Amino acid sequence: MPLGYLGRRLLHLGFVLLGVSLVVFLMLRMIPGDPARLLLGEFASAEDLARLRAQMGLERPLPVQYGLYLGRLLQGDLGQSLRNGAPVAAEIAQRLAATVELAVAAMLIATFLGIAAGVVSAVRPYSLFDTAAMLLALVGVSMPVFWLGLMLMYLFAVRVPVLPLMGRIGMGNEPEALTGLMLVDTLLAGEGEAFLEALQHLVLPAVTLATVPLAIIARITRSSMLEVLQQDYVRTARAKGLDESVVILRHALRNALLPIVTVLGLNLGLLLSGAVLTETIFSWPGLGRYVVDSLMARDYAAVQGCILVFAAILAVINLVVDLAYAALDPRIRIHA
Amino acid sequence: MRRIPIIVTAALFVLVSVGGGFAQTPRAGGTLVWGRGGDSVTLDLAQATDGESIKAGIQVLENLVIFGKDSMNVEPQLAESWSVSADGLTWTFKLRKGVKFHDGYPFNARAVYDSFARVIFKEHPYHGYGQWKYVSLSLAPVKDIRVIDDYTIALVTEKPYAPLLNNLALWLCPIVSPRAMAEHKDKIGMHPVGTGPFKFKSWVKDDQIVLERNPDYWGEKARVDRIVLKSIPEPSARLMALQSGTVDIADDLDPDSIALVKKNPKLAVIERPSINVGYLAFNTQKPRFQDPKVRVALSHAIDKETIIRSIFAGLAIPAKNPFPPSIWGYNDKIAPYAYNPQLARKLLEEAKFDFNSEIELWAMPVSRAYMPEPVKTAELIQSYFAAVGVKAKIVRHEWGAYLSKTQNGEHDLCMLGWLGGNADPDNFLYGLLSADTAKPPAANVAFWKNAEFTELCLKAQKTFNKAERTQLYLKAQEIFHAEAPWIPIAHSTIVRCYSKKLHEVPLRPNGLNSFQMVWKEK
Repeated sequence: MPLGYLGRRLLHLGFVLLGVSLVVFLMLRMIPGDPARLLLGEFASAEDLARLRAQMGLERPLPVQYGLYLGRLLQGDLGQSLRNGAPVAAEIAQRLAATVELAVAAMLIATFLGIAAGVVSAVRPYSLFDTAAMLLALVGVSMPVFWLGLMLMYLFAVRVPVLPLMGRIGMGNEPEALTGLMLVDTLLAGEGEAFLEALQHLVLPAVTLATVPLAIIARITRSSMLEVLQQDYVRTARAKGLDESVVILRHALRNALLPIVTVLGLNLGLLLSGAVLTETIFSWPGLGRYVVDSLMARDYAAVQGCILVFAAILAVINLVVDLAYAALDPRIRIHA
Repeated sequence: MRRIPIIVTAALFVLVSVGGGFAQTPRAGGTLVWGRGGDSVTLDLAQATDGESIKAGIQVLENLVIFGKDSMNVEPQLAESWSVSADGLTWTFKLRKGVKFHDGYPFNARAVYDSFARVIFKEHPYHGYGQWKYVSLSLAPVKDIRVIDDYTIALVTEKPYAPLLNNLALWLCPIVSPRAMAEHKDKIGMHPVGTGPFKFKSWVKDDQIVLERNPDYWGEKARVDRIVLKSIPEPSARLMALQSGTVDIADDLDPDSIALVKKNPKLAVIERPSINVGYLAFNTQKPRFQDPKVRVALSHAIDKETIIRSIFAGLAIPAKNPFPPSIWGYNDKIAPYAYNPQLARKLLEEAKFDFNSEIELWAMPVSRAYMPEPVKTAELIQSYFAAVGVKAKIVRHEWGAYLSKTQNGEHDLCMLGWLGGNADPDNFLYGLLSADTAKPPAANVAFWKNAEFTELCLKAQKTFNKAERTQLYLKAQEIFHAEAPWIPIAHSTIVRCYSKKLHEVPLRPNGLNSFQMVWKEK
């Protein structure tokens, strides 16, 4: 792996984030609405509003505000929340782990089930399984997450209460927050029961969040596999007398993975930034809800911080996907 | 034969005992789980502007005085008694002795001084640790604070200001441990230390706040061991959480969900008129609305009962005065303007109203308890006006712009509302309708300047006898009614939905209660 390439991509990342910070800064200030007014509501007096605006530094010219923001940013300071004065970096850190845990769990479900369903469908095209799986995939793609989440909640937490209704773990069982990832923290604390409980809490939101990417991955896998299975090298592999499972998994699936990896990368980014509905339904204390609440309150510092973090995560995922191409297909070479 | 009734009686006794007929003895212990729409912002209530912060904070922090359990009448809390000097400028409070903060620091006059001085005096060492966003609603009238002795403190105002007592009962005036303020500085909102029946234990942002019973509480100890305030932003999920027993209380349910709760034998609902008002203000400076006759006519054009049925789902009462009947001083003798389109049309014709040109009806872009569906309400009002020949165009602006523009008087008619936090008539009458508050940016968005009305409000501010103040406010409401600068539309009803396992659940008209006396069945 040429290190020069990686260095250049990381440098690009810096410029991308700088651009994102400027665009977000300007867009937020173009939205009509005075943050002081939104914060204090209709019950505030003119004096209270003026005092708060001055405290927030909103009276200064925009370039000055951006310059100050950038200066702090370069020192790793994302600023202070306008709503409660707390450091935005700490607020984000508290919630990021919850979102990451949910998104990764959803991604794992979507990837394994999606690829498995896609492969089986492609191996037995137009069979009953294929028709049923692709119909379900179509339903999965089209189903509103909001409705699905509420239905799952009603069925499995209210009617047949086998799974918890909401939250990340039962009250009083919270482990010491080392990583912020409930599953990891319970394991580190050696609390098997709490781990199982955290896992149970994760099932419904993760399944809800996984539905759309699962359906997409299943469909992509099927079409990519169908194409690969008609290639000469697959016929050759079969002619050599290789076991069918080796043909499918080693020869066909590996070559079919390129478009799947692209979709995985895109979906993981979407899951991280788009979990807001699932987080809202299942009272999951993640970053999605924080960014929406911050946006509604015109909490500039919080929104800017969140978008920067999302942008950085997406850029890193893209980089990983690009590097994965080279690992999967030896014909792809990365040039420094 | 005579033995049968005895057996039946004994069996009934056993049945009733087992069935819970005797389960009404308060029980200590258990966890009260409280599902609400969002997380708190800060638990330093002197800085709080949102309901979710206040709900949690008032379990931990206490004031000198407080509103009653189910009413808005002011009662002692950390102050045992108080008096006002003859000139009406100095309020002297005698403080409760033997009270300790949750961190062991003794409650005394110094603690009161620091808690108040940090808000109003820029030179106070803790002033820079917070944003005191609603000073004008709380301590702004106080110009000096004097510690007389360990358990006596005096607040001095610049001019006589009778509503100060109600301001002190607001969440905005909590007494916080001076040691905690010094230790936590600008993070005090994350580590509240007060004298209340519950102590702050932990806070996971956007998830839950845990409070524990304060075993050293100065008054009657809290009954439940702990309160867990869970953030459940989705209303349907909140309803399901209540139905499944995951939470014991679910706040802010929509009318359909409340109807389901009412049908569920395991759940209970309390309703109470709130302390708000939703209104339609005429811009009385616009020539078309200068004539009170026009305003009275349009007041007759609106069917408030239908608005309440269709928009508020019945969870409101029609308004006839600027403030609700849950606040003292309400003038119930005033006869509301009845819905009468024929009379409205006749009065408009008599006033030579110009029916050809269109008027602008400004609709709020946000939903509030006092105006849950502003646009639909505006459409209904538009149709009522059309029925009497008045053409109205609905105008919408973004919320911040809406408030600024209405405060500058750019509207013809605008919809707005008010929640009178301190439950003092002054908050509504002087604050929203006096000539003093009619200068841009005006809280008096009717720009109605009635000298007699304003004079009554000012006189009431200087009158410390409640009966005399009441008389002044009754008269002021008569003037308001005759002049009709607003069409008061509704006072919403406040609702609390909870599990029947809970007992002695209180509900103040502002919806903010300490849960000290609530107890939970096993």
